[in-house]
Amino acid sequence: MTSAGLARAAAFLAVGIAFPFVFPAAWLVNIGVLTLMYAALATSWNLFSGYTGYVTLGQVAFFGLGAYTEAIVFEHVAIGSGYNPFYVLPLIGTGVALASLPVAWIALRTRAMTFAIVTLTLLFIVQQLAFNLHSVTHGSSGLMLPTPTTFGVDTYDQPFYFAMLGILCVALLLCFGILRSKLGLMLLAVREDEEKARGLGIRVTGAKLTAWWLHVFVTAMVGAVWAYYLTFIYPESSVDPLVMIGAVLMTFLGGRGTLWGPVIGALVLVPAQQYMLIHLGGGEGYLIGYAAVFVVVLLLMPRGILPSLRDVVLRTRERRRTRRMEARPA
Amino acid sequence: MTATPLLEVEGLTKRFGGVTAVAGCSFGVPEGSVTALVGPNGSGKTTAFNLITGYARADSGTVRFAGATVRRPDPVRLSRSGLTRTFQQARIFPDLTLVENMVAAVQLPWTATFTRRVRRAERERALQLLDEFGIARLAEERAGNLSYGQKKLLEFAAVLMGEPKLVLLDEPTAGVNPVLVEQIEERIRGLNARGLAFLVVEHNMNLVMRLCDPVVVLAQGTKLAEGHPDEVRNDARVLDAYLGG
Repeated sequence: MTSAGLARAAAFLAVGIAFPFVFPAAWLVNIGVLTLMYAALATSWNLFSGYTGYVTLGQVAFFGLGAYTEAIVFEHVAIGSGYNPFYVLPLIGTGVALASLPVAWIALRTRAMTFAIVTLTLLFIVQQLAFNLHSVTHGSSGLMLPTPTTFGVDTYDQPFYFAMLGILCVALLLCFGILRSKLGLMLLAVREDEEKARGLGIRVTGAKLTAWWLHVFVTAMVGAVWAYYLTFIYPESSVDPLVMIGAVLMTFLGGRGTLWGPVIGALVLVPAQQYMLIHLGGGEGYLIGYAAVFVVVLLLMPRGILPSLRDVVLRTRERRRTRRMEARPA
Repeated sequence: MTATPLLEVEGLTKRFGGVTAVAGCSFGVPEGSVTALVGPNGSGKTTAFNLITGYARADSGTVRFAGATVRRPDPVRLSRSGLTRTFQQARIFPDLTLVENMVAAVQLPWTATFTRRVRRAERERALQLLDEFGIARLAEERAGNLSYGQKKLLEFAAVLMGEPKLVLLDEPTAGVNPVLVEQIEERIRGLNARGLAFLVVEHNMNLVMRLCDPVVVLAQGTKLAEGHPDEVRNDARVLDAYLGG
């Protein structure tokens, strides 16, 4: 890791940890939880789709599966001091991700648009299952989780905030590790020219499935924390196409295929959305404002915030170098 | 040339709707040879390449490579068993650097998945090969920034990272300048001297006659002639196929 990269990561972590202590107001921490949740979702979407070029629109199916797994487990198991639901997160992530592999293996036999549509149907299939598997999901009446009583009224949101922050850090570390490993090289080769990659003997299916597994692992954990945070879930809210669109838009906004892009996208869009929700009222008016933010950024930086900024920095540096060369006496 | 050939193609057939692109085609690539596959446009050369390397499924016929029959041709498996190819339009990974393009072609066991992206030994090997191909000074450049000819060199160099036994070159000199043609020819000779076999589709007949032996001539998907360049050159059927008749 370069020192600049290390500094960025340290600064991000410091601000992330300090935020709920500096701004302890519940409504602010609540926005923090949502922002981190979307940042983690966008980062894990990027982990698969950003690096392989396979656009999945089914990620939220696994968010929902994570949420339902958490809710179903703790419908029957005591939550203890309130932290037990957090301890099982890696298990839930692992389980959901393993269960998703056969479906992924089939879906990954398609490419491009077909893959996007096939994965989109996954979203609706899981939603329909949540509606119809009454005996486990209680259908449209939803599932209740116990409310933790030990978290305190004033600091109730904090454990959820830190859980989301932790998952986001895991997701970022995974992305960082992948980009520095052979797996990253394989995935980029797939994104650039999969047929050529096969001709070079790169085991593309294995590489894609590994990335898929990791992205579902993170997504399901995010869904589980979200379910516990709300303590009440139902099919429309836990498998919500708008959440899917949100995660994808944030990734595009921040910069697809970059490490920090999805996080930046979430940091811009989620607070903007919440701000407008508060100030433009409960109607659908805020959605127009939300869309406007997006249109403005895409007009100014069509490739996403990070890649565009990087271009500006590179261009300025080039210009400065040229000027220095010209200034030098011949 | 009495030993069993490294690559043996027998009765290979491929139809696209009503068109038979490759019709019962049989030929061999002897161990350690530079075999040419020539023929007029549309004679099925590239289709034969695709069938041999697993990019298309043959309707019938068998391919034997290194003594074993290839039952379900698959590019990944074939490449890992030592049979690799380049494409007519050079295919590289434009967003990766030259070194990364080279290292991506190293054939790794599963256990290496989470090891470093570019290991030192791999970088050294990549730089050495890039140097042999005269593009080492561009090593850290984005491959997409290369000229057409340089992309061809890079693609050729990259397949060598997988340590193949046989390389199928699809028009290695098409659209590149004469200096580069010479360089590619020299590379093929050098590698061949070290035992690497080639099957080359090429339209530059002067190059084929200088470099290749045997020469296989295809016309309308079937083999018309096979043999030493001099024999083939004087074959009446070959002249017919090329000049019309």
